[in-house]
Amino acid sequence: MAPISDKLQMQHLAWRAGFGESLPVIEEWSHKKRKQIVDKVLIGREKDKSAALTLVSPPETTDIPKGQMTKDERKEKRQMEMQAIRDLNIAWINTMVSSEHPLREKMALFWHGHFASRSNRALFSEQLLEVIRTNALGNFGDLLTGVSKSSAMLEYLNNKQNRKAHPNENFAREVMELFTLGRGNYTETDIKESARAFTGWSYDADGNFVFQEKAHDTGDKTFFGKTGNFNGDDVLRILLENKQTAKFITTKIYKFFVDDIPDDAKITALADKFYASNYDIKELMRNVFMADWFYDPRYIGGHIKSPIELIVGLRRTIPVTFEKEEVMFTFQQVLGQTLFYPPNVAGWPGGRNWIDSSSLMYRLQLPQMILYDKESDIKPKEIAPEMGMMQYKEQATAEVNTAFKKQFNKKIKTDINWQPYFKEYEKVSRENLAATITDTLLLTNKSVNKALLESYADATSRESYIKSVTIAVMSTPEYQLC
Amino acid sequence: MLIINRRRFLQVGSLASASMFMPKFLKALEKDEMVPPGNKVLVVIQLSGGNDGLNTVIPYRNDIYFKSRPTIGIKRENALSLTDETGLHPALTGIKSLYNNGSVGILQNVGYPNPDRSHFRSMDIWQTGSTASEAWSNGWIGRYLDAQCKGCDKPVQALEIDDTLSLALKGELEKGLAFKDPNRLSGGNERFMNDLLHQHPSGGGDTHHNVDYLYKTMGATLSSAAYLKDQFKMYRTKEDYPNTALGGSMRTIARLIMSDISTKVYYVSHGTFDTHVNQLNSQNALFKQLDEAVTSFTKDLQANNRFQDVVVMTFSEFGRRVEQNASDGTDHGTANNMFIIGGGLKEKGLLNDGPDLGQLQDGDLQYKVDFKSVYATMLNKWLGADDKAILKHDYPLLSFV
Repeated sequence: MAPISDKLQMQHLAWRAGFGESLPVIEEWSHKKRKQIVDKVLIGREKDKSAALTLVSPPETTDIPKGQMTKDERKEKRQMEMQAIRDLNIAWINTMVSSEHPLREKMALFWHGHFASRSNRALFSEQLLEVIRTNALGNFGDLLTGVSKSSAMLEYLNNKQNRKAHPNENFAREVMELFTLGRGNYTETDIKESARAFTGWSYDADGNFVFQEKAHDTGDKTFFGKTGNFNGDDVLRILLENKQTAKFITTKIYKFFVDDIPDDAKITALADKFYASNYDIKELMRNVFMADWFYDPRYIGGHIKSPIELIVGLRRTIPVTFEKEEVMFTFQQVLGQTLFYPPNVAGWPGGRNWIDSSSLMYRLQLPQMILYDKESDIKPKEIAPEMGMMQYKEQATAEVNTAFKKQFNKKIKTDINWQPYFKEYEKVSRENLAATITDTLLLTNKSVNKALLESYADATSRESYIKSVTIAVMSTPEYQLC
Repeated sequence: MLIINRRRFLQVGSLASASMFMPKFLKALEKDEMVPPGNKVLVVIQLSGGNDGLNTVIPYRNDIYFKSRPTIGIKRENALSLTDETGLHPALTGIKSLYNNGSVGILQNVGYPNPDRSHFRSMDIWQTGSTASEAWSNGWIGRYLDAQCKGCDKPVQALEIDDTLSLALKGELEKGLAFKDPNRLSGGNERFMNDLLHQHPSGGGDTHHNVDYLYKTMGATLSSAAYLKDQFKMYRTKEDYPNTALGGSMRTIARLIMSDISTKVYYVSHGTFDTHVNQLNSQNALFKQLDEAVTSFTKDLQANNRFQDVVVMTFSEFGRRVEQNASDGTDHGTANNMFIIGGGLKEKGLLNDGPDLGQLQDGDLQYKVDFKSVYATMLNKWLGADDKAILKHDYPLLSFV
């Protein structure tokens, strides 16, 4: 294997720790020490936290209890909530595209799948997203606690129904199976006992955590060999004391950021340090990005971009404004990853699960649809009407689908600002353009397409040439990888 | 100008021929290992949105039924009579004639333990074949493809008539193919894609690296598209199909059944049946479309002497509540019925007892038959596959095929 050039290493880092960077940024990074760049990636350009992502116009809350609303009022409320979740989806995508701290959004995307949840309350979804974004690179214990006390998660996993007299084990089970230990590392007794500890964890109409003392079981519980009058916080603490939690989280991080196939030795070493750091996520990521093995050629270009990574990456490369931003929502649906709508409690499986004949063909056409206004009449499946698991009454699918269908059978109207992109290549000579573009956009098979690209290029002007080569490169299977 | 270039980009070119990119079922055709003609085919019609089973197969002598549904209950004189106790929804006239001819089996009270009333979740459970407490990431038909391709004796294909592929057809290794029109499968980019394929260094079919996996999927899609386009030309149906989405899909399926011998499972969705409001009208309209499409389809098969080789199976992610709501509709419920339609059924008519409306659980029907038993039966007895490996469990087999 040829040694990996500094430039390729930095491209790899830029993609795994974010959504790719432009040619000038990569060139700048290539001349600096790895540690310097990793620090920069971990901290972001701003020292302070990124601004909270809030809805421009949150759905108006009404004081009328749901039971007393008229049918039309309920319908209107439902539509407002759905629209607000769509707005939130688009706002987050736009933040990923423009963020100066992409790793934060990338981590948030990871946690969004790890702590999968659906809510038909936009406010709840927004609050959970903020817990995730705020703690994305913070302490895992804080993150776990914040998520476990969020209205969205308590609602999604039925903990409002978890009461002393009638325990509901769903929440306790998923906390262990999906959030901390992973399947097979706890007993059914652990679930039963911890469900009792979580009794009374609830939320109010504004999404605030509420501890309902009357619903809480104050008896002794025996959980992982310990006995006491445990509450939910105690359970989370005991789970964090269990080293398997560090192992489970590190394995998922490794699979998301490094490779689909877990490497036990590397994961164990990372997990030991993660545990010793008391679950400092930023330190864990530093250990990943600083490791020499992270830059091993077998990992570079071996990751299939998730639909969000693909879309955001493309938009970070070429600034695009959509006349109807909702088209972002359609892309996500057709490609199989819609933010705030994970397929189930386990989140998106990722890897080769993203790819089938139809989704690959759509991916290969996406750059032309966006950048050439190519027509598409691909429709996502009829969307089901409800967003949460609990709220299933009187949700009308038809009204949603009608509104939705109007968006199809249309060209995607875009306003593309190519100028900054042209500028990135201004110092590149004409004969090196195709090679440099390919080199910048792809992380694998960088050398194969040049002659072919040449035959598809529009050589009438330098700008047309850059455009056409870029779009062709983005239409390759290689561009699906990072 | 860009236009010229774009046109060049979109030109349709030659087909992928590099055999390493060919899907297994096509390679098998070259190697004379093809599935014998007259092979058994399963057509799955998914009734999306939760079809109301009680107004589909109607217990029209049951007082509880009419008490629970004062405005949307279907009266005996309006229903199509099957037995003294039971009738069919009035729009299903074609299916009623098929029933009279012994080509329909109806299973009632089909469901699963701890039913989920979320469309997403319950559809997930039906498509993956998991239990309610598990979250699987692959589908039962997809795993059937996996199992078929393991030995690769006679590799087969599963096709969905839609733009995107359902989870049901995604296996761990193999995946079905989704398209509405084989001519548009690759979106007009064939030439560029084929050029890419030709310059891609052969990994000898090895898909260890994801880039080879993507090339293989692209190549397989292009060859499948070409194959299906060819097959599609071979048979033009003489039957009139209704001019509806489902009618078009069923015609596509019929044309392929008549010409293509590698596809064992076809999948199509119809809906949406989420009848919370004014159910009588919406269910009637959807059933009319279903009935017309199925009627044309079965006539087409009969005219070509293939009806005995095909089973159509319907399902929905859940039935609806017994009691109607305040909007002349019904809310999400649990157990439901499944229709099995074919010329070669071993048992026909009402295959089991109807729902017991006196024994409800929280106002919902209780399931008697696990839907995985129906899958197991189709896999084992109709498609000749290893149901236990595919469903990861030993479900009791039924005897309708």
